[in-house]
Order: sequence, then C-alpha cells, then structure tokens
Amino acid sequence: MQHKVIDTEDVVIRFAGDSGDGMQLTGSLFADTSAIFGNGLSTFPDYPAEIRAPHGTVSGVSGFQVHIGSDNVTTPGDFCDLLVAMNPAALKANAKWCKPTAMILVDDDAFDEAGMKKAGFRTENPFEELKVEDRTLIVAPITSLTLESLKDSGLDQKAMLKCKNMFTLGMACFIYSRPLEYIFSYLERKFAKKHPEVIAPNRKVLSDGFNYAANIQAIPNTYKIEPTPKKKGTYRNITGNQATAWGLLAASEKSGLPLFCGSYPITPATGILEELAIHKSLGAKTVQAEDEIAGICTAIGAAYAGSLAVTTTSGPGLSLKSEALGLAVMTELPLVVVDVQRAGPSTGIPTKTEQTDLNQALYGRNGECPVPVVAAHSPAHCFDAAFEAARIAVEHMTPVMLLSEGFLGNGSEPWLIPSMSDYPEIKPPFAETLPEDGKFKPFERDPQTLVRKWAVPGMKGFEHRVGGLEKNHNGVLSSDPANHELMVRERYEKVLRIADSIPALALDGPAQGELLVVGWGGTYGHILSAVNEVRKSGKEVAFAHFDYIFPVPSNTAEVFSGFKRILVCELNSGQFAAYLRNLYPEMEFVQCNKVQGQPFLVKEIVESINRYIQR
Amino acid sequence: MTDLTFKDFKSDQEVRWCPGCGDHAVLAALQRALPRVSKALDYEKENFVVVSGIGCSSRLPYYMDTYGFHSIHGRATAISTGIKVANPDLAIWQACGDGDALAIGGNHFIHAIRRNVDINIVLFNNQIYGLTKGQYSPTSKLGAITKTSPYGTVEHPFNPGSLVLGAKGTFFARSLDVELKLNEEIMTQAALHKGASVMEMLTNCVIFNDGAHKSLSDPAVRADRTIVLRNGEKMIFGKNRDKGIILDGMSLKAVTIGEDGHTLDEILVHDAHSQYMGVHMMLADMKGPDLPVALGVIRDVEDITYDEGVRNQVEEVTAKSKIHCVDDLLHSGSTWTVE
Repeated sequence: MQHKVIDTEDVVIRFAGDSGDGMQLTGSLFADTSAIFGNGLSTFPDYPAEIRAPHGTVSGVSGFQVHIGSDNVTTPGDFCDLLVAMNPAALKANAKWCKPTAMILVDDDAFDEAGMKKAGFRTENPFEELKVEDRTLIVAPITSLTLESLKDSGLDQKAMLKCKNMFTLGMACFIYSRPLEYIFSYLERKFAKKHPEVIAPNRKVLSDGFNYAANIQAIPNTYKIEPTPKKKGTYRNITGNQATAWGLLAASEKSGLPLFCGSYPITPATGILEELAIHKSLGAKTVQAEDEIAGICTAIGAAYAGSLAVTTTSGPGLSLKSEALGLAVMTELPLVVVDVQRAGPSTGIPTKTEQTDLNQALYGRNGECPVPVVAAHSPAHCFDAAFEAARIAVEHMTPVMLLSEGFLGNGSEPWLIPSMSDYPEIKPPFAETLPEDGKFKPFERDPQTLVRKWAVPGMKGFEHRVGGLEKNHNGVLSSDPANHELMVRERYEKVLRIADSIPALALDGPAQGELLVVGWGGTYGHILSAVNEVRKSGKEVAFAHFDYIFPVPSNTAEVFSGFKRILVCELNSGQFAAYLRNLYPEMEFVQCNKVQGQPFLVKEIVESINRYIQR
Repeated sequence: MTDLTFKDFKSDQEVRWCPGCGDHAVLAALQRALPRVSKALDYEKENFVVVSGIGCSSRLPYYMDTYGFHSIHGRATAISTGIKVANPDLAIWQACGDGDALAIGGNHFIHAIRRNVDINIVLFNNQIYGLTKGQYSPTSKLGAITKTSPYGTVEHPFNPGSLVLGAKGTFFARSLDVELKLNEEIMTQAALHKGASVMEMLTNCVIFNDGAHKSLSDPAVRADRTIVLRNGEKMIFGKNRDKGIILDGMSLKAVTIGEDGHTLDEILVHDAHSQYMGVHMMLADMKGPDLPVALGVIRDVEDITYDEGVRNQVEEVTAKSKIHCVDDLLHSGSTWTVE
C-alpha cells in the first residue's frame, strides 16, 4: 500500500513494555540508528527499580523515550508522537504522554482478559477508558506475528518471544524511515560470540516487522526527519555516565596521574564504575569497595599516593561518604566525588531523576568544610564537567563534587568527538624543592591561589604526616585557637579563588531586562527549549546556566545586576535559589520547581516564565 | 641504599601517650624492626607509609619519621588499601586499636584480609576505648565493668585471631606489648609476608584497663600461660620448658613431658606455612586455664595479593588492548562522520 511520506522537523517516540520486554534496548537501538542517520537526539530511559517487577502490572512498566530532530535536540520531549505499548499496563502508564495527534502502536495479543485485568482496566476498551480512542491506533498481533515469523527458526517458544521487541522496532523503523543496517550490525556484534544462533532470527523478525508495517493500512503516514547539515567531524552517541568516565580518563591523561576509582555499586551511578573498569589499558585502577565509605577512603589513600582519585555514587552513598570527604578537605588532597543524583530522601525512588542533593553537596559535612561543586548539563557535557572537576581538584588540591543526575547518566545524545589536543594540560602542584631547614611544610600555601604543594610517598626527603586533626602550616598538630581560625579561613578562601580559573558565566540574550532565567545541571536542555519557545512568541527573556556552582563564576553579580527578577528553575524545592539569595540578597529571585522524580516538561518552564514576563 | 637505624624512624614529635602505656613498647619495636625490614626488602625510608585510624594507638604515625596518614575512625584499612593499590611499591604499616579496627572499622578490616591486600596491620588490643576515657570495646571480656557497662557487659568479645582466620587471612601473629624482641621478630616476618599481615598486640591501658593482660604478661606466670610459636619448632612452653601441645582427638591439649607417659615425640611441630586452617584456628583460640595463649606467628601462608592482582590485570589488558590513549577511546565503537 502507498503511505504518504511527510517531512517533519522532529518526533518523539516512547517505547513502553514490561520491564523484561527489552524496551531499553529497543529504544537505544532506535536512538543509535537515528544518530548515525545524522539526526539530533536526546533520550530518556524511565524504568522501575525492580529488575523484573510483577509481570503485566503498571508498576513494572519500563519506558524509553527518544526525541529525534533534523537539527540539534535539547530535551527528550514532553509528549510523544508515537507510543509503543507492548501490553495493557504499558498503555495505561503512558497514555498520558501522547500528543493529541499521536499514533499508538500496541501488541494486540497482550490485550487479552488476563492482561487487561492485571493492568487494572475496568472496561473492555482500554483506549476509551484512557480517553485516547481518537488517536491513530495501530493494533497489531505482534506476539503471534513474531512466533509465525520464527516458526522454522529452531528456537524454543521462550526464545522466540524474546524477539518480539525486534518486530516492534522494525515497525517503528518503517514509520520513521530508518534504515536497518545499524541494527543488523549491532546484532552481529552483540551475539557473535555467545549466542550466534539468535542473530538470524532477530534479523528476520526485525525485517518482518518493517515489512509488515509497510503492508498494513493502519499506518496512514510515514515520516522523514532529514538531518540538517552538521558541523564537520566524527560523531558518536554517548551517555552521561560513559562521558563522565571518559572525561576522568581524559583528565588522567592530561595530568599524567594514573586514574584510581574506589566505588560501591549504586543506582544510577554504577555505570561510571563499570565503564572505568573496562579501560585498564589507560592505566585505570578500579576497586569495587566493601561499602561507600571504603569507596571514598580507598580513593583518598590513592590520592595521597599520587593518583587522580575518584569515587562515584548517588545521594544515599554521598551521605555515607560525608565524614571522609571532610578528611579530604582537611588533608587538602585532590579527589573527584561524582554524585549521580536520584530521587530522595533515603532510598527514595532510585531510578528517577532529581537535583535534590545540592544542599548535601554544598553543606553536608561537619565543621566548616568547603568543597567546590561543578555540575554537568547534558549527557555529552559530562565529559567536560568531569574533566573540569578533575582539573580543579588537582590544580587546587581539594576534593571536588561533580553533580550529575540520573537523567544525564542514563540519557544519551550525539557528540562531536573532540580531540585531546584541544584540552589543556593539568598541572599537579608537586613539591619540588625542600626549604633550607630540610623539612617539607605540607600546608604552606601559594600566596596567589592558597594551594599547598603535593608530596607523595616515595619522594625522598619530603616525608610528612597528614590527617584529620587540625595542623599548622608546618603540618604540626595544633589546637591553637588563632591557627584554627586561620586555617578555616584559608581553606575557604582557597576554594573561592578557584573562581579565577573558571570561565565567566555566559549570558544568552540581552544583558538587561525584566527576567533572567537561570538553572544548573541537567535542566539545561529543557530551560533552553522553554526560553526559545517564549522568544518565538515575541517576548524577551535572558538565560544563564551554571556549570560552576561553588564558587560561582566571578561575573555572576554583574550578569544578575541587569535584571529585575531572576527565575531559578530546578528539580528540587529551591536549593539553588536559596544559595543564590544568600549570595545576592539585593536581587529578587523567583522559583520554578518540580520534585516528582521526573525531568521538567518544557511547557512547565514556559508557563513559569510567562507568569513573570509582562510583555 | 642507605643503612637506616631506629633513629631514622623517630620523628621530632613528642610522644604523648600516658606514661606506662603499652603503646610505647610497640612503637619502639616498630622503630627497631623497620631498619631490618628496609634492608631485607631494599626499601628506603621514603617508601614507608604509616597509616592509622582514630584512637590512642592511632597517634603512632606522628611519632614515625616516615610518610604518614592519621585518618578517621575505623577507616585506616580502607585508606591503606587505596595507597597500596595505587602504588604497590610502597610498604604500608597500619596502626589501629580494637575499637577502631573491629567495631567501627570491622567491615574494612575483614575485607582487606579477604582480599589479601599487602599491608601490615598492627592491631593494638587493650580491650577498652582509651581516648574516649574508658568504654568497653568489641574485645572487652564478657562482664567487663566499664563506664558504659557499669553492671558488666552482656556481649561476647571478638577473638581477633579467629576473625582474621575466619576471613581466610594469610598472616596472623599475636604478642604482648612487653615482648620487645619477639615483636621486632614478628614485625619483620610480617613485612616479609606478601599479603595482609595482622599482628595483634595485647597492650596495657594503664589508665582505663590496667592489668587487662596481666594474667599473661606477669613475669611470674608468663612462661606457663603463654606459648611462643615458631615455625618448624616444637610447641614447647613453661618456665622449665617441659610442657607441650599435643593433638588429643580433635582438640589441642597441653601436657607435661615425662608425665602420664607423654613424650617429646608427640609434641606438635608448628607449621605456620600450612595452607590447612584447622590447626591455626585451634592455636589462635587457645586460652587458659587449660591451654596457654599462643604468641608469635600463628599463620603465614602465600597467596596472590590484591594489589598485585590489580596491577597485573592492568598490564595484561594493556598488552592486548587497541586503546592506548583517550583519542583512541573516543573513536572506539560506533562513530559516524559528517563531511
């Protein structure tokens, strides 16, 4: 049959199914295919904490949303153009994310009485019950078509059923004019060694799904998202956790310090440890410690021994690391602490994203204990943010907190691969000469930066002791009141002076006006989209995003001073807003907040901006 | 290489332990052992790192003129692990107390032993929290009356030896603070042992738990209530060197040679290098009144160390991998080019 082919700028597809249905893989493959096709994209995996939650229930639904566009795409999209629902529960959980014009593709075989009952439907028509009956419904017997497709494959029924996500993926690829070659090559790579017998069946099901979609009448239109010409160069798709790991490896190379990562597995940060564990050929040593505290303590030990030391975690793990982080502040050792934030407090909602650890990062320690805080603003930006966190840690002899988010860590986007020759050398302030008395003074400071010198075990003549007890500049224990106050001030001032080595706050928009929108971390893409949308409506609004939170860039006050009001958007109840109010009490701050374990919707920020702009 | 003496390991810091504290003697033994160790292993002074947690004994790094790290309560073992894995060429000595290593730091302690990290742990066991002024510790005897157990504790103590061996430890030794010569000998053997070496030092807290080990350390009874084990030597003890340990069925038994028909021949010969854990476990568990408490090196066996394992893996993977710099990494896997 002839389908009308429509050119479009961007589409959002949401794949949803049981947490064992392979929706994360299906979504990732669709995203990777689109990336290689040259589209801009942003992904958002939205999955439950349970590995296999009760089959067929709403709580067990796993989703993967991907937004693809001709041009760059900055968010995974608020609402979808195509919802793929592999069972009734997936439809129930995700119907609310469908645009009025959306297509809904469901596996008819899963919509039997038992499936409907498990999902908690009360009537026989799930579409009417969810008020989506007016959408374009593609009801396909995916399970039986998959079994039919594979009847001669020699696979058992269970193995055949595992392929049904490929059928769906094939259909989605047809609808959005995606070539299948990348997925074919992926299947080859993935299964060549362990399960070569499933390569051909998966290929067949994928092609059959594609062809099936081409043959049925239920699909009125197909879409083309032609990539606009992009900056020349080599691209790849990258997730935030992968980019974080790679940024740390880059910093290791540029500093000449071997990388050491001591961590304990925790969602959603584990991917960084896993990624670093692969790259031993770059000299990375990883220790999967017995607990979070040992994670940071092994890292502190490694820092003392001269490594680029890292510990990775998420909120609850950061709580456990607090005391040791204080030790790193006191001993003035370089250390990168990565917090991939998730919904809290306590165990919270482990797989859901939030920005609620900012206060913990800034203040969560005993004593006056300043730790610089850097935040990543997109999956690919995790690379630069990690590099910067490591640069600051090493060059300023301090632990540095790098805030990422579940949304960034698991999300992905295309990335123009940089060249390492474009990154600066990182210069560790190693001690070189001994003073006249022959005794190394571990806490003597550079007069400009207040940074101490680093002497590592093995350096002859520099033997010295560090520790958690207060010391004087010579490294001798001291409980002298004046010395303590001096050291407290110097440790704080040392961190403030990092502002001299970081980029100025960039302002997007006019330098003066009614409203400046600010954000930090992973809300960047959503705020940028919202600001652009408001501008399209003819209103004037400025935007500034903070990658450096403590200290803030030195031009911050100057940027702020041009505006009547500052709208702070963040996925918490106002932690950054409170921080800024404390720094700039003369300014008027208003807030746009959300604490639902979910990213912002662009429209939520648009509404908030419009509330504060008169013209 | 430099010929080091004990003076080279003494720092200029005033030692601030209470007069009569058992820690002084352990420090002295360590300062005497390290020159021997440095000679045997070809270490310079700058290759030694002394790590500690929190507690009286954890002040020790300040008194050693080496690299030192006085960390936080319980975490010395994790810090030591990080230092050693980062640089396996360093010699790590760790000072920690019974509360530090076995209560708040118990998790790190057992895991460092399980992994067999090549560190030397001197466990100062005075059966009390001294720095916080006299609360019971995880090694305080059942019923011990302390500030937090005014009516006596109602919990069993750890035997550090059983704990170490239970975690499949590769080296365990025990001694008394006053045994200066023996301690120097134990420390030297611990240094030569590759892997986690735990040396339990029964120390006297003169202020809060004075005499806790007196029933063993008192010169009048020491020879009869303790036995110094040496590899390859018969397990003989007693003031008159006429008592020995035999295997009686499934248990150990102390006998007097020449009495009840017992002969020198049946006295067990100590084999610290035996992989078999059973006898070492029984030796570590020996206590009065029927059996002497075992001192000396109870177990000393070879096994792969964690730090070497990590280092070897880095070398093996590097030899095979195609990724040798970050630019290689960035271009690995699926990429596409826009012309």
